[in-house]
Amino acid sequence: MNFNNVSKRIEKIKFALLSPEEIRKMSQIRVITPDTYDDDGYPIERGLMDLHMGVIEPGLKCATCGGKVDECPGHFGHIELAMPVVHIGFIKEIKSMLDSSCKECGRIKLTDDEINNYRVQINAIDFSTMDPEIIDMTLKKILEIAAQRSICPHCNAESPKVILDKPTTFREGGIKITPKEIRERLERIPDDDLLFFGIDKASARPEWMILTVLPVPPIDVRPSITLETGERSEDDLTHKLVDIIRISQRLRESRDNGSPQLIIEDLWDLLQYHITTYFDNQTAGIPPARHRSGRALKTLVQRLKGKEGRFRANLSGKRVNFSSRSVISPEPFLSMNEVGIPEIAARELTVPVLINSFNIDKMREWIKRGTDPRTEDGKYLAGVNYLIRPDGRRIKLTDQNAEINSERIDLGWTVERQMTEGDIVLFNRQPSLHRMSMMAHSVRVLPGMTFRFNLSDCTPYNADFDGDEMNLHVIQSEESRAEARIIMKVQEQIMSPRFGGPIIGAIHDHITSLFLLTHNNPLLSEDDTIHTVSYIEFDKLPEPVIKDGKKYYHGRDIFSLILPEGLNVKFKSHLCAGSKDGKCEYENDPEDTYVVITDGKLVHGTIDDEAVGPFSGVIVDKIFRKMGPQAASKFIDNVTRLAVGYLSHRGFSTGIKDYDIPKEAISRIREISNETLDKIEKLVAAFRSGQLQPLPGRSIEDTLEVEILSATGGVRDESGKIASQYLGLNDPSVIMARSGARAKMLNIAEVAGMVGQQSVRGGRLNRGYANRTLPHFKENDLGAYARGFIKSSYRAGLNPTEYFFHSIGGREGLVDIAVRTSRSGYMQRRLINAFEDLKVNDKRRVEDTIGSVVQFKYGEDGVDPTRSDEGQTVDVDYVAYDEFGDEQ
Amino acid sequence: MSKFNVLEHEIVPEHHLVPVEEEESVLSRLNVTKDDLPKIGINDPTIKALEEIHGKLDPGRIIKIIRKSPTAGYYEYYRVIVKSVI
Repeated sequence: MNFNNVSKRIEKIKFALLSPEEIRKMSQIRVITPDTYDDDGYPIERGLMDLHMGVIEPGLKCATCGGKVDECPGHFGHIELAMPVVHIGFIKEIKSMLDSSCKECGRIKLTDDEINNYRVQINAIDFSTMDPEIIDMTLKKILEIAAQRSICPHCNAESPKVILDKPTTFREGGIKITPKEIRERLERIPDDDLLFFGIDKASARPEWMILTVLPVPPIDVRPSITLETGERSEDDLTHKLVDIIRISQRLRESRDNGSPQLIIEDLWDLLQYHITTYFDNQTAGIPPARHRSGRALKTLVQRLKGKEGRFRANLSGKRVNFSSRSVISPEPFLSMNEVGIPEIAARELTVPVLINSFNIDKMREWIKRGTDPRTEDGKYLAGVNYLIRPDGRRIKLTDQNAEINSERIDLGWTVERQMTEGDIVLFNRQPSLHRMSMMAHSVRVLPGMTFRFNLSDCTPYNADFDGDEMNLHVIQSEESRAEARIIMKVQEQIMSPRFGGPIIGAIHDHITSLFLLTHNNPLLSEDDTIHTVSYIEFDKLPEPVIKDGKKYYHGRDIFSLILPEGLNVKFKSHLCAGSKDGKCEYENDPEDTYVVITDGKLVHGTIDDEAVGPFSGVIVDKIFRKMGPQAASKFIDNVTRLAVGYLSHRGFSTGIKDYDIPKEAISRIREISNETLDKIEKLVAAFRSGQLQPLPGRSIEDTLEVEILSATGGVRDESGKIASQYLGLNDPSVIMARSGARAKMLNIAEVAGMVGQQSVRGGRLNRGYANRTLPHFKENDLGAYARGFIKSSYRAGLNPTEYFFHSIGGREGLVDIAVRTSRSGYMQRRLINAFEDLKVNDKRRVEDTIGSVVQFKYGEDGVDPTRSDEGQTVDVDYVAYDEFGDEQ
Repeated sequence: MSKFNVLEHEIVPEHHLVPVEEEESVLSRLNVTKDDLPKIGINDPTIKALEEIHGKLDPGRIIKIIRKSPTAGYYEYYRVIVKSVI
């Protein structure tokens, strides 16, 4: 392997056991009293808060090292247990040793020959290269042989089978063996036999797995907290240790004054319970120890394990400074590269500025301003919060000391100044599922209390404004700032590596607006035009059309104002796609659907989702590829402004009356609905009489369901078609659906035509009561209405049973989402952990941290999807079109 | 039971043994050392199948695998035989 760029490498890790002597040796004090503090609040001597184990209160000194609160690291103490108890973490090992060793002589139950053979076999293992699992399996096989034997080959004594009565009781022939006896047996195992149990004789003895002495962790590990009421509240571990000492004491007294065996055993079991839960309070088979309030105690294992444990919550991920979180809201007048942050956050978040000869005068000026400066007209100005001296000491700036401190700073000082316009920050919305979930924005300080950004950034963050919150991190170093600006800026992330197209684009109303502006190339009055274009930057108004002595402007010409010069594209719009026969409804009228842009002028066609929307965005895609991120971001900013400008002036609204269809349409829908019902009735009748011909590979029951489902599906589509015949492109909902702004034609069909068949898991509804869905139907009714068919439209309203069925169908969607998010979250976690340190090197090879190859060429072809045209390095057809136009 | 050759199964990609003489040129073309190559266990069924053709294969030999790839058409992959997968 290649060790060249590895600074340190772990060669091996050794695990050992603490012996009782070692525990006593590392202990600073033997704890004997189960109490903590006396009435004056002073730690009781030899109590659980004894000063030998460290200090947590300011003013006191550690009795061991003499250190004060932050100087003393804490020291261990110990508890001498009255009777030995089993350590819950070693149950498996203890069981295996009891099984495979002789009860009398303690030897492993293998013959001398076997011992010699296996010893050679084990010594031959190279622990540095062999798969640990294989080593485990080898040892297990050997122990298995010993465990099978009941007569010891060494002393001929018979060892009955030992049964583990979970979690901590061992029985031999139905009789309990006490931890004391277990310990005696383990003591008899000779050092030389330990090899077969996987124990290194130099670092452990098996009897140490039975506890006789318990280490007491330093107070720093289990600090007590003082509540506002002055009441003291102890850590869960301290609570547990109190229990252990108390029971151990009682057990010792009972044993010494000759109490009945029964009482002693009960106390012994209780001590075992407390020590077990002290280690792991979620041991299977015993009730978790609880607080008085009923909350389960958080003991040692719980501190480390799982999402809230030390590793995942405090080591793999940490809380950070220089960050803030707030509710988000939209602001179309910000660029997609900007983020608006509230003043209160801008004053709190700081950027460190290292003083040099170029910026010292400016920084003096800023320091003089104090912590809350404003311009004369009350606008935000950045101030300074802290000064850091070259020796690392921090000085908090106040309005009182600002003047003096502005003179004190010198080269080498650091000034922590407040946020100002143009600072680069990272902006993030969880769950961070892809790299576009965290992008760099430049700051705009705005009034208000929310974070604000351009609506086109909603898609990469998957954000909406129904109460979503987002996080913001201020970059603290010059290198990271440069890096963020060059590779993390929003405009650099327009192309998604997932599918190689733009993931940023106009959404919802913006698409509607551009659709209205360009579809059929409407004429706008001079007033309307000037209002609309006032939202964008442009050089010159387009050529007007003069009609009746008044000036008018074409919508397409207005849109062309924001197209960069030299852009040539040709494509079919969203309006065109998805119509019947795969052919365009407007095929005969290319002006509407076929978008042609020549040298930055929209000549034909309608601008909609296909042109500027996220995921498709042909125009955005072409601008980005041809003219770069800067031009693309400028275009998207202008799209947002132009769209808002036009639509807010023109107005756009939809309501229930937009779905009104003529009486004849309603009766036609009723007609086909009745036809289908008849058909279903016939199918059911055929099924009942046994005349239904089963489809290949299906039962008769299945066949019936399939036939009915296709019939109900057909009638919904039919009714949708009928309804949409009467709803044209002057209907707001149809505009939204056809332009790709929101909803599908299907949803309109549900509102105006009929809702159709409801389903659960792909089939008709069939669960609920015995042989029927609802008590309103007869048992075994297989008819349409009884199994979730909704003949009504949303507009007409659902009848009670239909409403019920609709809720059943809707719930499946909700459950699906709930299940899917939790599953995909865990899947994501596993993938990230597996891939986190892979990288693509300068030879386009994917390798891990030690240089082992994962993929010889990234993605097998070495192509970056964000820089390729649908996998091709160059889209030759487009280049030819761009250069020569249609002539070829 | 008739012997089944895994290499003839339709979802098993082509496996070829790289001759010892060519190993060096392959490694220099890929700019890797043998240790950095992906590994394949000597007990892998495809190695057993290759042993039918080439005789016993020792750890350290290089196997060339040609896969169909949705991005690159065909894609060459190399693995080095190891005792057991670590």
